[in-house]
Amino acid sequence: MRNGETVGPALLELPRTEARPPNIGSWEEARKGFDWSLAERELGWGRGDPVNIGWNLSDRICRRGLAQKPALLWEGADGQERRYTFDDLRVLSNTIASWLGARGVGPGERVCLFLDRVPELYLAFVGILKLGAVVQPLFSAFGDESLATRLLDAGTCCIVTQRKHLPKVRRARATLADLRLVVVVDAGEMKLAEGEVALDLDAEPRVESYDVFPAGPETPSVLHYTSGTTGQPKGAQHVHRSLVAQYLTTKWVLDLKEDDVYWCNADPGWVTGTSYGIIGPWACGVTQVVLDAGFGAERWYSFLEKRRVTVWYSAPTAIRLLMKEGLAPVKRHDLSALRHLASVGEPLNPEAVHWSREAYGLPFHDTFWQTETGCIVVSNYPGMPIKPGSMGKPFPGITAAILDLKTFEPLSGPGHVGMIGLVPGWPSMIRGYWNNPSGYAKKFANGWYLTGDRGTVDADGYFWFVGRDDDVINTGGHLVGPFEVESALLEHPAVAESAAVAKPDPVNMEVVKAFVTLKPGFEASPDLELEIMNFVRKRLSPIAMPQEIAFVPSLPRTRSGKIVRRVLRAQEFGEPLGDVSTLMED
Amino acid sequence: MDDLRRTVLDYVRREYLEEDDDRELVSTTRLISGGIVDSFSMVSLKRFLERKYDVKIPDADASPEAFDTVDSIAALVERLAPVKA
Repeated sequence: MRNGETVGPALLELPRTEARPPNIGSWEEARKGFDWSLAERELGWGRGDPVNIGWNLSDRICRRGLAQKPALLWEGADGQERRYTFDDLRVLSNTIASWLGARGVGPGERVCLFLDRVPELYLAFVGILKLGAVVQPLFSAFGDESLATRLLDAGTCCIVTQRKHLPKVRRARATLADLRLVVVVDAGEMKLAEGEVALDLDAEPRVESYDVFPAGPETPSVLHYTSGTTGQPKGAQHVHRSLVAQYLTTKWVLDLKEDDVYWCNADPGWVTGTSYGIIGPWACGVTQVVLDAGFGAERWYSFLEKRRVTVWYSAPTAIRLLMKEGLAPVKRHDLSALRHLASVGEPLNPEAVHWSREAYGLPFHDTFWQTETGCIVVSNYPGMPIKPGSMGKPFPGITAAILDLKTFEPLSGPGHVGMIGLVPGWPSMIRGYWNNPSGYAKKFANGWYLTGDRGTVDADGYFWFVGRDDDVINTGGHLVGPFEVESALLEHPAVAESAAVAKPDPVNMEVVKAFVTLKPGFEASPDLELEIMNFVRKRLSPIAMPQEIAFVPSLPRTRSGKIVRRVLRAQEFGEPLGDVSTLMED
Repeated sequence: MDDLRRTVLDYVRREYLEEDDDRELVSTTRLISGGIVDSFSMVSLKRFLERKYDVKIPDADASPEAFDTVDSIAALVERLAPVKA
């Protein structure tokens, strides 16, 4: 959608083939008199049941009589399969909690999960919460610098990893005084170094009974790192009460029912992969399937068909890649079990909504939220007409508004472009940034939580995304901080100065583009460009790797010497350069 | 195995695997769907192929499916530059 455009396309009326009504009922009715205590009651908190998320995802579900129901159906890249019931989840998470506790990991300490999507990741997530420690999931494709920065900031005491990622962990350890224990879940016969311990879950005695840490609602639970415009990534601190919002949004937005088979494409290194790839579905007692493999249309469709997936939570980038493959691979598979589709990460373009309706007979429902919100806050709901391209409407219990960009006062009436703001206080909102109270304070103004996203609302109350209000790059649904990329670029021996900005991309919405000046003695060349790209990829991650590098004689600067990214970004987007009167002339 | 496949395999092993990664890589190994090369890293692999074989790979051809094995990559490069490859 373009800036200032206020009325979206005609409502897409959906024929509802689902015989059962959506869990939310109607959005309008659900908003009336809404109170989060509804979810607390459903979770049994009024009866004095434990608040600990780990207990709620496993023991509580078993107590409901679902112990033998599959919790996780896992498939690896090589076709290997594993199956875990909710009772397995309960017992194996007990086992991990007990095992870590016996090795000195205590409540409140940060335990990093640096794993591919292997079963141990999901089991350990629950176990660490039962122990009362804080789970710090990190994307396993992170390079040396990204890993070390986040472990150092969090003062992480323990990291759980697998042998293929052990070299990165070993290189990082020298700088990490707090890291006492490295746990390797697939060590086999390999020789481990001091401070490294093998955990073979299949060989460990199963712990049937475990005293779960008595977490309170405000006890820290999960620490996810997210990128901003300035400085290093920030640790978004969640608490056990987040469960209340994650449970209810899963139930109402993703519409999970007990007989569903659910697939969330997100990696648990990112917040979607934990809020809706672990906590939400298991809090609902739903079977989830996991494919620990990269993208491939044929592979994904085979998986959807084989597992009879009914609810699929994906991302615009993946959907656009599937669109590129066309309808032919869809027609080779029986995807008739699918009944509800949702998307998150970046705005879902209208074409993708229309295409999914043609391809699967169902539209993707866009959802909007952030690492800091912990749960979906604006969404398209089952049963509610979709306006393709719109973010939808605020979740019941969430007050959202478009704020004036200078005063942060709510703008009344449709059509104004401003900052999307939320009234603080929903259960899964972060309680702070780790070691960074000033960064957290900047997220609020005039009584509103500031999302950093600009948007507009139309006459029907639908929200529309317009763009970021800062220099953060949203690539494939992941936020990349320009500062981190620029710092990594400067570590390359050829680079004198650097600037990283967003560049529009048809698949990933945005990708990282770098502008660099070279040190004397180095010459721009395609080989040097590739070398620098790979250098950043290995230091940070494939996501942060510039997809294009422009070698320039100088970078635009203010007279005080500060690099002006907005000029470079505007050039990439074909937008007006804005006020350039303060720029230094070459 | 021909030179093209060997060169691409060597590049993938050097750039995308750790030095002591003992996974076997052959020309039919699934790179993208197998999780060895992610879709973001495809761009650097594409750039390498374009440089090495002096071809321009159109975006429409640079799909995860086309980059999923060294065999499919070789077929793509050979189609775009049959003489030079």
